[in-house]
Amino acid sequence: MSKNIVEIQNVGMKYQSINGEINAIENISFSVEKGSFVSIVGPSGCGKSTLLSIISGLLKPSSGKVFIDGEEVTKTSDKVGYMLQKDYLFDWRTIYQNVILGLEIRKNLNPENKDYALNLLKTYGLYDFKDKYPSQLSGGMRQRAALIRTLAVKPEILLLDEAFSALDSQTRLAVTEDIYSIIKNENKTAIMVTHDISESISMSDRVVVLSKRPAVIKNIHQIVFDCPNRTPLKCREHPSFREYFNLIWKELDVHV
Amino acid sequence: MSKAIENISAERIAYLKKMKVRRIATWILRLLIVVLLFASWEIAADLKLIDSFVTSQPSRMVKTLINLYTNGNLLLHIGVTCLETVAGFIIGTILGTIVAIVLWWSEFTSHVLEPYLVVLNSLPKVALGPIFIIWIGAGPAAIIAMALAISLIVTILEVLNAFLQTDQDKIKLVETFGANRLQVFLKVVFPSNIPAMINALKVNVGLSWVGVITGEFLVSKAGLGYLIVYGGQVFHLDLVMTSVIILAAAAALMYQGVVLLQKKLSGGWFNHQP
Repeated sequence: MSKNIVEIQNVGMKYQSINGEINAIENISFSVEKGSFVSIVGPSGCGKSTLLSIISGLLKPSSGKVFIDGEEVTKTSDKVGYMLQKDYLFDWRTIYQNVILGLEIRKNLNPENKDYALNLLKTYGLYDFKDKYPSQLSGGMRQRAALIRTLAVKPEILLLDEAFSALDSQTRLAVTEDIYSIIKNENKTAIMVTHDISESISMSDRVVVLSKRPAVIKNIHQIVFDCPNRTPLKCREHPSFREYFNLIWKELDVHV
Repeated sequence: MSKAIENISAERIAYLKKMKVRRIATWILRLLIVVLLFASWEIAADLKLIDSFVTSQPSRMVKTLINLYTNGNLLLHIGVTCLETVAGFIIGTILGTIVAIVLWWSEFTSHVLEPYLVVLNSLPKVALGPIFIIWIGAGPAAIIAMALAISLIVTILEVLNAFLQTDQDKIKLVETFGANRLQVFLKVVFPSNIPAMINALKVNVGLSWVGVITGEFLVSKAGLGYLIVYGGQVFHLDLVMTSVIILAAAAALMYQGVVLLQKKLSGGWFNHQP
């Protein structure tokens, strides 16, 4: 049996403000196996991103605990890499300078890590663009550069927070394919938050469905496709894709 | 590059030509306006259509200028005023930015001090002139203090506002790498606000001039503001007009200096903006 790299135990979060208290998430527990891909879906505003921020250590939960590799999360961990909704490459830095940002902040900018970053750029076809500025790259390339920036600090777990939502739908499919293959190639564990049911099914081994606020876990689906070398696009064409989709769609109980 | 030139279409050539003509015409007209203005001023004074005692006259201004220069006083007056302005500008910019950084750092401090900033910002700073003179003494230091009083609060508010409007997600990004407050400032807040800060500098140059001339009006023994006030008191309009024109030229030059600085500083990534 594979080892659980992330353990989330009874996590709850209440936001305080002058106007009152918001109960964002309640009593969430699940675990993530090493090397697997887990998605969290739920209605918008249900606290999905809050959950991700708690796992990363950016936010302290009001109750419950998160463990990474058996250690309780109290601050941002070096084992975790985070990808945000947009690439947020800095305009004033070249692609290479952007990619080594995390190393700079963690004060790990040694020759070995620089080489590692350059190799990632080589492997994923951005080496020739390393001295260009972000505005000179296409949306898909920028997203890839953002992923390399995250990978450069050698995280074991990737947290993707609606990481593709800023892209148009065609680019989104291509970038999903691209990022998925990089994550699998680098053998990373991934936890992704999305509002897109198809995206979550096409990429994940497990889908966690959350209710509306205060979010609790409605169900956790094992996603199994009997297709070798699965990719998100292949999954979308698989006959059982529809079944999973309908199941989760009903569970989400979307009303207009 | 040469390949590009060979491939230029006829429309493109026509367009470039049109733009060139337009540029030249703009400059000719600009020169013409100033020449016509001064010429009609000169002629009107010669024909006694206007009283040159109260309006002065370009030829008399030139004489005043030469007089000032041969006395050796011209450069002194220009130098004193420019020095005071540059000092006020630099101190105001650095001090203002430092205070803005402190206020950005501590949201609580900034919240506590907010009403004081609002009051200081709306107070007409000229009113502080006599206080500075008594406290600091009648000299260049009091004039620089006047320039500071006028530019400092605006700098603080402008720069702080820019800092506070930094994209929160960019800050979140560096925080996911475990950045502390200093790193957030150095890696995101400061570099992303360089264009905003240079814009604050541009406003600051103008305000420093206002402060220095106001200061010189109140108390001074030299400087362009002194010449203007002195000329006014003895009804020597030639001196007043000459000084105003020198002042205009000096202020324009200094502004261009800041524009040049802006181009130099933002040379790297600014040019790569789409």
